[in-house]
Amino acid sequence: MSEVRYSQEHEWVKLEGDTATIGITHYAQEQLGDVVFVDLPEVGKKVEKGKELATVESVKAASEVYAPLSGEVVEVNSTLSETPATVNEDALGAGWFAKLKVSDKSQFGSLMDEAAYKKYVEGLH
Amino acid sequence: MSATESTETLKRTPLYDLHLEMGAKMVPFAGYEMPVQYPMGILTEHQHTRSGAGLFDVSHMGQIKLRGESYAQVAAALERLCPADFLGLAPGQQRYSFFTNNAGGILDDLMVTRAGNGDDRDYLIMVVNAAGKEQDLSHLQANLNNRCEVEPMFDRALLALQGPRAGAVMEKIAPESVTMKFMTGRPLNVGGTECFVTRSGYTGEDGFEISVAHDQVDNVARKLLGDMEVKPIGLGARDSLRLEAGLCLYGNDITETTTPVEASLVWAIQKRRREQGGFPGAGIVQRQLAEGATRKRVGILPEGKAPARAHTEIANEHGEVVGEVTSGGFGPTIGGPVAMGYVRSDLAAIGTKLQLMVRGKALPAKVAAMPFVPHRYHR
Repeated sequence: MSEVRYSQEHEWVKLEGDTATIGITHYAQEQLGDVVFVDLPEVGKKVEKGKELATVESVKAASEVYAPLSGEVVEVNSTLSETPATVNEDALGAGWFAKLKVSDKSQFGSLMDEAAYKKYVEGLH
Repeated sequence: MSATESTETLKRTPLYDLHLEMGAKMVPFAGYEMPVQYPMGILTEHQHTRSGAGLFDVSHMGQIKLRGESYAQVAAALERLCPADFLGLAPGQQRYSFFTNNAGGILDDLMVTRAGNGDDRDYLIMVVNAAGKEQDLSHLQANLNNRCEVEPMFDRALLALQGPRAGAVMEKIAPESVTMKFMTGRPLNVGGTECFVTRSGYTGEDGFEISVAHDQVDNVARKLLGDMEVKPIGLGARDSLRLEAGLCLYGNDITETTTPVEASLVWAIQKRRREQGGFPGAGIVQRQLAEGATRKRVGILPEGKAPARAHTEIANEHGEVVGEVTSGGFGPTIGGPVAMGYVRSDLAAIGTKLQLMVRGKALPAKVAAMPFVPHRYHR
């Protein structure tokens, strides 16, 4: 069983057991434009909800990616260092950033579900 | 993810509707709503300009005419504010220059063309940066009004057609453009519209800048875009193209506190002016020419893949801070990060090892020759 939820900062989280896979949304990659570099955290790093998890760089600028949940980084998508454009091509799949061992699963419930996130993005225009 | 930009009262160029029609993403820039990219995206726009021909709307930039009783009078007047040799300009010749202040700092940079019929009634046309155009105009009026007429041409739009195919594209609608060499300008009929065209640009590629009346620019732009080889290019690619070409962005790489010697722009101060001075801050500039400056603008190639943006601290091998990046990002043609910035002069030699402090990490880098991508001008 897994479910995907979304943050206001345009990250997605897929929770399986107590492991959360995190990436940025399709809307986010569109806003960024061509991704040319992703700075990923070290495995073992403890991150807090709302704090910086990674940095994604487009041709234009660097943008922070925030941790939508607190936890410990257990895996990062190292293929992004060779092919950062995967973030543009498959933001919700192969373009994932990191996996966290989540410390407080209740935080997941406070994130938006797909319908709520869709509405939220529509409200930004 | 976070990115927000406020939109105050922004001005629009006459091509605003055309940009929207072409699906541009508009952003505030120097008080204007400008296209940062089109649906093709910055990377593809950049590559297209290096391989084909790209069209840029640079109508936000300021165009100013200086006219006087004789060409010599006009040229001598502008030499009071800029360190370039304008008296020595051949008819139709264009030159890069800058306004300096009394400390030898740079108030703005500009392109100046000798226009007219090649006689003593010739005048100068300059193109200045959008952000500085009102100040530049006041500066000229305050200092030159009794020596020549200062005529703003802010009702003129400006297009840049850039890339290795720019010459072939222009030839189709302006056959006389074939005789033009790099850094020259002339009146030219472009597809039925009277324009003033220079063979110059801000990408390192061959190309043209086309000055045309506001109410005619849409015609000219559509005619150029009607050519299959031409694609619209936004400010995003304009920045990555000029960075790879090693060209300065005013406000980042050159400012009121950087001198031409520090900025490695000595090539733009011709011999007579170096010797004679006679421009604001000449004493300081001449002293730096003789004794050297304490810092220098250099090209920097980070060794890894992480781009180092403007304001990144530069350290020497021992971790001591020796300067700052002023422009930096990803160079699509290079396929990796490129940057320029100021370092202590003893560390300015090509190949010198540096460290860039990016997000708390020291990333290895080296001083590198500019341009990063060779210029391909039509000389």
